Amino acid sequence: MRKPLIVAALLVTAPFLAACTENAKDSGGDSGDARTVSVTSTDDECKVSAAKVPSGALTFDVTNDGSQVTEFYLLGEDGLRIVGEVENVGPQLSRQLVVNAPAGTYTTACKPGMKGDGIRADFTVTKSGDEPSVSADDQQLVDTALTNYSAYVQDQSDQLVAKTQEFVDDYKSGDDDAARTLYPEARTHWERIETVAESFGDLDPKTDAREADLEPGQKWTGWHRIEKDLWPELAEDYTPLTAKQRAFYADDLMKNITTLDKRVQGLDYTVDQIANGSRGLLEEVAAGKVTGEEEYWSHTDLWDFQANVDGARVGFEGVKPIVEQSNPELAKTLTTRFADLQKLLDAHKTDTGFTFYDDLTPDQVQDLANAVNALSEPLSQLTAAVLS
Amino acid sequence: MVRGLSAGEIGPTEGSTNLPPDDTGEAIGLSASGLTITFGFGPGLFRDDDGKDRFGLADRQPKALRTLPHFPADVLDPEKSYGDLCVQACADDPQVAVHAIRNLARIGFGTVAVRWSQLGFGRTSTTSTSQSTPRNLFGFKDGTANIKSEETKDVEEHVWVASGADPRAEWLAGGSYLVARRFNMNIEIWDRQTLGDQEDFIGRTKDTGAPLSGGTEFTEPDFTMPGSTGHIIPDDSHIRLVHPDFNNGARMLRRGYNFVDGSNPIGGLDAGLFFIAYVTDPDTHFIPIQNTMAKSDALMEYLKVTGSALFAVPPGIGPGEYVGQSLFA
Repeated sequence: MRKPLIVAALLVTAPFLAACTENAKDSGGDSGDARTVSVTSTDDECKVSAAKVPSGALTFDVTNDGSQVTEFYLLGEDGLRIVGEVENVGPQLSRQLVVNAPAGTYTTACKPGMKGDGIRADFTVTKSGDEPSVSADDQQLVDTALTNYSAYVQDQSDQLVAKTQEFVDDYKSGDDDAARTLYPEARTHWERIETVAESFGDLDPKTDAREADLEPGQKWTGWHRIEKDLWPELAEDYTPLTAKQRAFYADDLMKNITTLDKRVQGLDYTVDQIANGSRGLLEEVAAGKVTGEEEYWSHTDLWDFQANVDGARVGFEGVKPIVEQSNPELAKTLTTRFADLQKLLDAHKTDTGFTFYDDLTPDQVQDLANAVNALSEPLSQLTAAVLS
Repeated sequence: MVRGLSAGEIGPTEGSTNLPPDDTGEAIGLSASGLTITFGFGPGLFRDDDGKDRFGLADRQPKALRTLPHFPADVLDPEKSYGDLCVQACADDPQVAVHAIRNLARIGFGTVAVRWSQLGFGRTSTTSTSQSTPRNLFGFKDGTANIKSEETKDVEEHVWVASGADPRAEWLAGGSYLVARRFNMNIEIWDRQTLGDQEDFIGRTKDTGAPLSGGTEFTEPDFTMPGSTGHIIPDDSHIRLVHPDFNNGARMLRRGYNFVDGSNPIGGLDAGLFFIAYVTDPDTHFIPIQNTMAKSDALMEYLKVTGSALFAVPPGIGPGEYVGQSLFA
């Protein structure tokens, strides 16, 4: 997935000022489908093929015939609320906007050059049999989801700091057994919020790089450097780190985790970032954990696996009330598939955590991979469902 | 074989019934199918693993011919990497290409041994303006900006090794370097990415292959054009990072193929792009670009390099000459 840029999204749309567009026909775009509307944006015009369409899933085929990048917006009656948008339509290119719109009065806007209020026109959606059950952007549900997710990330970050501190203390003092026990437990809090942690491009390589990820000349630091030192059995000709080196890597990790924690405090999220984060965590599972590549030395991959799934489920459950309105079938499927995957993971739980990856049979790995695929495929629909 | 004749003197259904035929027979009835065969020499032909002269050729080893350095995201399978010699057989029909490799290997047993081989299908890059651009397994057109054979000046500058470029290996003048990289694609995860994200990773539209800055497939990308957030062709998009404008003008002649080698142990496709590029010097035309890509390219999230090799390709030969004559003579 695209690494989310976690920034506060501020959408400013000034009130209706000017409209210069041809008067469009009622209903029916070029394709003959009453819910398909073609939009042609030029440098000074915004031609919309229909000004009145029946409610339901609307498709706007936006073509840029201008010389600059354009955007197209479907705005609420107030001309402020964004019902749907498509950005980054380059010259001579086309993009689609699919949006579920109930009956009501709207405003369309092309924004050639991506500046100003855009070229606006009134747009009407009439009542039809395909009325969406609820307006898609129930602000109450969104606000709750955002508040809860923000609290979750901060809580995990707090625990990450505390557990990492214990871990590095044990490691520095040479209590390797205690450090080995704490390693997957501390990382659990990292893995639960991995997509947020990874969004800091400077911190991620310093904390979570694997040996194979390094580029020539890059110093290997972070979790996995210490992991190798604690589980050197597989390493060839390995020289254990000295007490001084241990202190360096331990302090460096702690410093970066502390920095992460500070940055996390100030973060704001959007619902699509939460949904994308949920999808992204399952991708982490599919790419690194189910294959046993993440914890090459310690084989504690299932701890990370569980933590990624925890984070993904929290993200999904946060936006679930929104999805239950926009796509109840998807909400149901995801709930079931999360439960199926959890059942498989539960079977590998032990008194001290989980089975080590190298003790899993190929069949067990295959079962886990199948369950990950079964969940990931519908999960890739989640972002669209929370935005529709 | 490139003329559609049988491999060896005794055709596939000729000769004594007590003898195996010289030609293995699976190309009976097939035309030459545009078969071309390209040979290359790996570093192991010149020096062994300990750096010792192997066949008295060490003083002629080209300076850039060595094992490629480790790049981030390289997870190399030694059984799909390296080698002392290489043979690339290309044909319009894979059966003919396999026929060539199979018969050459057979002829060579006792002198050479096969270390690894890779079957590809579906060329991913056009090498002539007469071809339309094919698609890779990400579903995108691949090779839009590839060097075309009609661009003779660029071929001269970026593909062939110039005379005098490497005094120790003057035999390579008029030849080239072949870089082979087996890029495994994480197909299942890729397929779950939104269309908008896929296009942002590449920097082109999936439909026509036009750059996101607009126009049609062969419109030059405008890397400065602003988008809704940052550049419309994102800073970590593939076409930006590997574009000659950001790589000291370096271009490559790519001749890669899609591959699917069945499935992996967890039920995903063992598939991707078998990347083959011809360059004048890997130190200027491949290594820095691969490093940039490995470090910054959004696509790397969906790629894993599992095979890697570098070869020096000797210049073409005239009638009566043999492959590599300039080196061995």
